[in-house]
Amino acid sequence: MKADIAVIDYGMGNLRSVSKAIEHVAPAASVVVTSDPAVIADAGRVVFPGQGAAPDCLREIDARGLRQVIVDAARTKPFLGICMGMQVLFEHSEEGDTACLGILPGTVQHFPHEAMIDNQGRKLKVPHMGWNNVHQAAPHPLWVGIEEGARFYFVHSYFVQPTAPDVIAGFSHYPFPFTCAVATGNIFAVQFHPEKSQNDGLTLLGNFVTWNPGASDTACDMSGAACA
Amino acid sequence: MLAKRIIPCLDVTHGRVVKGVNFVELKDAGDPVEIARRYNEAGADELTFLDITASSDERDLILHIIEAVAAEVFIPLTVGGGVREVGDVQRLLNAGADKVSINTSAVLNPQLVKDASDRYGSQCIVVAIDSKRVGDHWEVFTHGGRKATGLDAIEWAKKMESLGAGELLLTSMDRDGTKSGFDLELTRAISDAVDIPIIASGGVGNLQHLVDGVKEGRADAVLAASIFHFGEYGIDEAKRYMKQHGIEVRL
Repeated sequence: MKADIAVIDYGMGNLRSVSKAIEHVAPAASVVVTSDPAVIADAGRVVFPGQGAAPDCLREIDARGLRQVIVDAARTKPFLGICMGMQVLFEHSEEGDTACLGILPGTVQHFPHEAMIDNQGRKLKVPHMGWNNVHQAAPHPLWVGIEEGARFYFVHSYFVQPTAPDVIAGFSHYPFPFTCAVATGNIFAVQFHPEKSQNDGLTLLGNFVTWNPGASDTACDMSGAACA
Repeated sequence: MLAKRIIPCLDVTHGRVVKGVNFVELKDAGDPVEIARRYNEAGADELTFLDITASSDERDLILHIIEAVAAEVFIPLTVGGGVREVGDVQRLLNAGADKVSINTSAVLNPQLVKDASDRYGSQCIVVAIDSKRVGDHWEVFTHGGRKATGLDAIEWAKKMESLGAGELLLTSMDRDGTKSGFDLELTRAISDAVDIPIIASGGVGNLQHLVDGVKEGRADAVLAASIFHFGEYGIDEAKRYMKQHGIEVRL
């Protein structure tokens, strides 16, 4: 049986939260956590989560022979990257000087030590851990029902810097603005953890499981917003 | 702007929350899943479960609890207590914990912190430090504050950071249970000494103590048990109070 939603398991972190949250918003869907390329290739939608360090992620992806099926899924079906699953979509990560999947142009960088000071002159901690405001840079079907500036749960030390600004779907501040959501075609990817972000996170996941990228222009027209 | 976190802590033994929880209309005051659900609805930013089960044959109970909570509560869950080896970390993460807190075992075997963070990432490894003032410095204690280690708390915090801890849960054993407020000097000393987030714990008796923990102690998160369990204060009330005092919170 083909899975409605495949959550890619490449041995990097806790996927139970992701799969449980998706099952919660899509109780009728078949959700599988899998490292089988054939199952991922056949799935209707793909979720690409991940925690840990970039070099380990790439190594584990290749050890399971998943690179090509991830690249293909990102080109052809609704695809949601989460946390490390967002970062490795880009070309290169500063973490361990790692060549990534190169699906999106841009790089991944560490929060620069010298910039980590708040407006009262106090040190900001890294990892950036906790609930921060997410600003919606452009309307998108996955933002529907989520207030501008809503808080999502983050835990990360690196952030993406897309080459093309038109893929930026959301940003946050720590202390400077950084990209925390990107969208292009059938790809949506976020630095924060929707599966750990309570109601707004579940709303985003619920939007993903019904998202039809081909029809996204219509969705924008219906909401009265211009599509970026 | 990043919000300071409020984290209720649940002590669990024999599969039940102890120390009592006194919510209005709670059907079962000892059921961890029901209590977790309530705190989630009340706006808790995270939940910490401390497994204080003495015997190892009941260890699996916490796994079932975390599985049940993780299936319906979608905020970060930290679990500590009895974590002795990397396999324990893995079992808790697989059950649905987002972070695992290591305390006594970090002292007995610091390499565990490195091995666990190398394997699963720093983001899921919390080191709990129980500390008491001894003379002119703070010392690390284990076994609920009964056993001195001879380790200086500030040096120990730096070492844990260097071995890969992603966060420190700092408990003042002098203040724990006293309701006289956090040890602000200790909290601030540790927070200033490391670059990773600090959760302040031990001694909260009122909402001003939470404000002081953040403003004076420079904590990134505050953890409390009894003031929330016994309904003295609600999570929402605590957050509004902090906001009134200029602290960024998630409301």
